[in-house]
Amino acid sequence: MNIVVCVKQTPDSAAKVSVEGGHVTWGDAPLIVNPWDEYAVEEALRQKEKHGGKVTAISMGPESAREALKTALAMGCDEAILVSDAGLKGSDSLGTARALASAVRKIGSVDLVLFGRQAIDGDTGLTAAQVAHLLGWPALTYVAAVEEIKPEAKTMRVQRMIDEGRQVVEAQLPVAMSVVKELNEPRYPSFMGIRKASKATIPTWSIADLGVEASKVGSAGALVSWSEIYAPPVHKVECEVVKGETPQETARTLVDRLIAEKVI
Amino acid sequence: MDFELSSEHLLLQKTVRDFAQREIGPYVKQADRRGEMPAEVLPRMAAQGLLGLCIPAAYGGQDLDYISLGLACEELENVDTSLRVVMSVHVALNSLALLQWASEDQRRRFLVPQARGQKIAAFGLTEPGAGSDAARVASTARRSGDDYLLTGEKTWISLATKADHVLWFARTNPEASDPHQGLSAFLLETDRPGVTRGDLEGKLGVRAGSTGWLHCDEVRVPEINRIGQEGEGFTIAMTCLDNGRYTVAAGAAGLIRACLAASVRYAHERQAFGREIAQHQLIQEKIARMSQQYEIARLLYLRAGWLKNQGRRNTRESSLAKWYATEAAFEAAHQALQVHGAYGYSDEFDVERFFRNARGAMIYEGTSEIHTLIQAGYALGLREDGALRRELPAHRVS
Amino acid sequence: MSNEIWVYIDQFKGTPLPASWEALGQGKRMGGPVIALVFGPGSQAIAKEAFQFGADQVLWSEDPLLADFRAEAFAGLVTQLAKEKKPSLLLVPSTTRGRDITAMVAAELGCGAIPEATGLETKDGSLRVTRPVYAGKLFTTAVFASGQTRIVSLRPRAFPMPEAQSGKSGAATEVKPVAAEADLHTRVAGYAASEGGVSLTDAKVIVSGGRGVANNPNLTPPADLADDKQKEVWKAQQGFKLVRDLASVLGAAVGASRAAVDAGYIPYAYQVGQTGKVVSPDVYIACGISGAIQHQAGMRTAKTIVAINKDPEAPIFGLARFGVVGDMHQILPALTEEFRKRLGK
Repeated sequence: MNIVVCVKQTPDSAAKVSVEGGHVTWGDAPLIVNPWDEYAVEEALRQKEKHGGKVTAISMGPESAREALKTALAMGCDEAILVSDAGLKGSDSLGTARALASAVRKIGSVDLVLFGRQAIDGDTGLTAAQVAHLLGWPALTYVAAVEEIKPEAKTMRVQRMIDEGRQVVEAQLPVAMSVVKELNEPRYPSFMGIRKASKATIPTWSIADLGVEASKVGSAGALVSWSEIYAPPVHKVECEVVKGETPQETARTLVDRLIAEKVI
Repeated sequence: MDFELSSEHLLLQKTVRDFAQREIGPYVKQADRRGEMPAEVLPRMAAQGLLGLCIPAAYGGQDLDYISLGLACEELENVDTSLRVVMSVHVALNSLALLQWASEDQRRRFLVPQARGQKIAAFGLTEPGAGSDAARVASTARRSGDDYLLTGEKTWISLATKADHVLWFARTNPEASDPHQGLSAFLLETDRPGVTRGDLEGKLGVRAGSTGWLHCDEVRVPEINRIGQEGEGFTIAMTCLDNGRYTVAAGAAGLIRACLAASVRYAHERQAFGREIAQHQLIQEKIARMSQQYEIARLLYLRAGWLKNQGRRNTRESSLAKWYATEAAFEAAHQALQVHGAYGYSDEFDVERFFRNARGAMIYEGTSEIHTLIQAGYALGLREDGALRRELPAHRVS
Repeated sequence: MSNEIWVYIDQFKGTPLPASWEALGQGKRMGGPVIALVFGPGSQAIAKEAFQFGADQVLWSEDPLLADFRAEAFAGLVTQLAKEKKPSLLLVPSTTRGRDITAMVAAELGCGAIPEATGLETKDGSLRVTRPVYAGKLFTTAVFASGQTRIVSLRPRAFPMPEAQSGKSGAATEVKPVAAEADLHTRVAGYAASEGGVSLTDAKVIVSGGRGVANNPNLTPPADLADDKQKEVWKAQQGFKLVRDLASVLGAAVGASRAAVDAGYIPYAYQVGQTGKVVSPDVYIACGISGAIQHQAGMRTAKTIVAINKDPEAPIFGLARFGVVGDMHQILPALTEEFRKRLGK
């Protein structure tokens, strides 16, 4: 199977992010692979181990995103491609989807594209379904289990996590899918993998290489933009500590307070 | 001169950090309270490739460099000292000795399974009557046909009851005029008849680790198990220590970092006299000192690792790094405990464990006093590194 | 482009999601004719409710193509209608189905989409959408380039539930998808057992358990449990039973921290936090949860947080309105009993 997994480099989820001069900063907190994307990489590797084939990791971002691709390679991906161009800066979800869809087309003969369900910086969660739509493929989002892939018959069956439980869906390959945490447990990069990744050549594809229209990506093509970004006002909550001689007394006091404040 | 870690080193550091914190971190406190190493520790470290981290791929290892070994040790001890001890004895003291001194045949037999994590390795030099004075080793290795018969006792051996292979030092020539020339090194498989062993209880620290004793009663080992030449044992042991103490130094840097992080966190949470204690200068002094100690310890071990990568002699630098880092780690743990006040005295917080763990490192792998004399020796021109018959191979970029 | 405001009404097996009415209420507040889209089984009946919650007109379809939710079919119908009528704004509740609709309709129409809005206002004739980013650590005001249909998905419980006005009605028009089964590439094979209970994202009250649920020193696990891990999980399950009991009395949903899920105490579907569900209840009762940043990301917008934890230094107390420093295994049963008495259950 020819598998592609899209990874994004984001600040660490524990980083303290703030706004300075209208820009988001995270100090010297490290940049990592978007946590959801690790599950996508793991699934890509598992399916390759099951069915044979190749896994290519792609990332759209600045030069630093190369590190995210190295992590994907160190986990076991066969190849990696950086999609990077000054003209891609400021892309909205659709612009990003256009660039990624072009990359998938350029790779050619792809059976499956995997995404994490959303990136923890933008938190839009739109990219996977939009890439699917632009490629004319079905989108399987919030996949919590892959029941079966039959590469020769070009079908797959998954369980999607919906608000009401799980939905079992069959789809014809090729498919673009986004994954949730319950799908698997991502492996750690192996040390051999780390060595290989540091020596790997990661090509950079520009807008010209992708063959995508410059006016449809980047800030030039963005139909959505962030007009301002700010930290939410800090509501300093005064914690009222409820005490009692016995658990029963504590409970009574707490319930009194909750009912008095019309919380319950 | 580039003080930045390469992206390969950064990824390695992050991987070991995530691995140690997620896979083993949650169980450490309980293991320390119980005084036993959890059963999953060694298999998981083996599966991740830690047990062969810096052994060349040709010998079943992960092919990473010596700086990676140091970085890994820093991350492991940041979680608990017992994890770094595994690296010190299995990788540094035993496996690297085989890499440096063993024949090809011996490397195939002993090093490869160790590097793959299939066999666990330990280091058997210390005896009840021989610690700092290693030349006083009394265990004997008596010739018997083509074999040797090993008799003697080793104590304070990390992984004693878990190891499959022990690098065992014994006297082959009791008549030697200079006792330093009478020792030889052997790779002892612990399942040979005549080997008994047990755990040591009651240690102040490193309680989540495994420390014990081994006794040999005329254990027969073939000549193929002798590492290096007869009489070379002491020299071999000393070169082992260059590697062992390097990992101790790196680990101690990780311990200082743990003390610093815990103190910073607590200082921002705890309030006294109307504000965070982070605002009080005497607390600030302690934290500033820990921060300084971490930077120094880190630079010292990285330099030693850099020398190892080039295949250059690093006895002085490894000793200096170990001496400084372990003393600094104890001081840092002592002050971290103080920062935590009464909570520092309770095992609800980690600092008392850091304190107990830190104390041991000033004793093993060369007491602070031994290192003082070593450094004085170098500084006064009383001590010089002679050529070695075999050098630790430089890290080869394949 | 018309001045119509379209609102997608999400439903599951004939039951509309409350978030749909919140979206409808928001649509109503914006002026202009509000057209509700209701697709799938039971749509005709749901259409009647849509009028009560503010729709001026309803477009509905119960076509067999729409028997189960498939993004390609449902989004396909929305785009089919949108290309014809060119609405100015499409509001979608940000449920799993709603998010797929948002993405795919925007991709097909080539228009802008802003997901997970927590606030919406019109200023100087343009729409300003407030939404959280960086796991809610920051907020942005997102805006659209002009001249296109705009799509906004609304976070459940971030917008007020409108009052139902019985007796209101309007024009309900049946629409038909032009796509045929042969055009579609997915098929719904069924539904796996739902975890049951109140949905976390809809819940007004949530009782949540963390790693502390397993720490009950007074419990002795049954002798036939071999290893420590099994004993720990058994103890955790007893702890979660206390959580469920309280939830049951309060009509609340049950949640969990990542630590509890990772330790195997409870399935991932219950996880609240950055890599789980983001919730916004009126009351969030955190039991044995330390309150790490990643968990906070999932529940910090709760109106009132009550924390029960043995550790007085736990970060959760920094967020909580009410705190009890104590053993949840003692406090929870007492609370359950007290609520039972006071709420007359």
